[in-house]
Amino acid sequence: MSGGKEIKTKIGSIKNTQKITSAMEMVAASKMKKAQDRMASSRPYAENMRKVIGHIAKGSLEFKHSYLEEREVKRVGYIVVSTDRGLCGGLNANAFKAVTKDVEKWRNQGAEVSFAALGSKASALFSKFGGDLVAQASAFGDKPHLQDVIGPVKVMLDMYDQGKIDRLFVVYNKFVNTMSQTPMIDQLLPLPASDEEELGHRWDYIYEPDPKVLLEALMVRYVESQVYQGVVENIACEQAARMVAMKAATDNAGNLIDELQLVFNKARQAAITQELSEIVSGAQAV
Amino acid sequence: MAAMTVHLDVVSAENMMFSGRVESIQVTGSEGDLGIYPGHAPLLTAIKPGMVRIVKQHGHEEIMYVAGGMLEVQPHNVTVLADTAIRGEDLDEQAAEAAKKQAEEAIANPGADFNYAEAAAELANAIAQLRVIKTMRK
Repeated sequence: MSGGKEIKTKIGSIKNTQKITSAMEMVAASKMKKAQDRMASSRPYAENMRKVIGHIAKGSLEFKHSYLEEREVKRVGYIVVSTDRGLCGGLNANAFKAVTKDVEKWRNQGAEVSFAALGSKASALFSKFGGDLVAQASAFGDKPHLQDVIGPVKVMLDMYDQGKIDRLFVVYNKFVNTMSQTPMIDQLLPLPASDEEELGHRWDYIYEPDPKVLLEALMVRYVESQVYQGVVENIACEQAARMVAMKAATDNAGNLIDELQLVFNKARQAAITQELSEIVSGAQAV
Repeated sequence: MAAMTVHLDVVSAENMMFSGRVESIQVTGSEGDLGIYPGHAPLLTAIKPGMVRIVKQHGHEEIMYVAGGMLEVQPHNVTVLADTAIRGEDLDEQAAEAAKKQAEEAIANPGADFNYAEAAAELANAIAQLRVIKTMRK
């Protein structure tokens, strides 16, 4: 029965792992609900902000803000949003793969790349990947605040103002549903124009008080809100992905236990048979 | 004939406050109060802490409080991007009154780490909230 005992211990340890994964699954499920609500409630702001900015990009304004001008691309900036913790399936890997591909494309066109990392997984990636990491922030918890993203965003915006980067993207996972999250790369700067066709003619706003101040404030707010929305969505994605990954792990542990149980039973049966035949042959010898 | 309407969205950083067709909107712009009717010329302005009065279709009124933000007007579309927005009926008069008193005291007896701009902003917020509450009573 020497094999039997080992198998028994193995089953025990897998059962313990299963307990952990199923607990994590349940925690993730309840956190996901909250993260989803948070995401849904901040989405209208980000969407309306994008709409307003879309109008501004289309209008022929008296004051041309530098965020509206297309420049020749010599350096590209990415704000990469990732999770703080692992065990969430391929969520971060998918986003990083998307970034790496995009970066490759820019490098082929002769552009350099800078990164700002939000979330500790992204920081870890870029320390290995060897990109030029200009800012990082992590440990947002489950309830990210706008203040958390302002720092890295400001670094990127300053770089844009000084002409050190000519394009700015934000990378995050978009929450489609519980089972699927897609990595997104959205262009923040220069501003992408709105798709609405009805505003084709020349027009300008009436400004109160001053166009420069207003646009400046609005643009900064816009970039912040988009990055914040990315962070919030990414957290919802993280919880969803973790829930699915942990469910799979729990199921796998169950299968493994069943298989081991079968092996254990066979081993026990074999041991009994062997013992019996030994006794019988011993009795015959006497 | 029904009155002319324009589509209005009021959103705060936390949630969607209002989305729908309205007959007119009244907001506190940085340069003074503004009344917006359908077909207004494109306008972009900052908002001061204050009241947003909405006249919905068929004359129903709704009053909200916003603590600063932006207003964008397009001929067919008006958007209020508020930093924080509270529905009129959710405002707490006592809390606003207390905040006002506290801010006034802070300005009257400034301490060592006193920040005038901050206190003034708080005072403006509290006064704006109280004004909204008073208007609602009428």
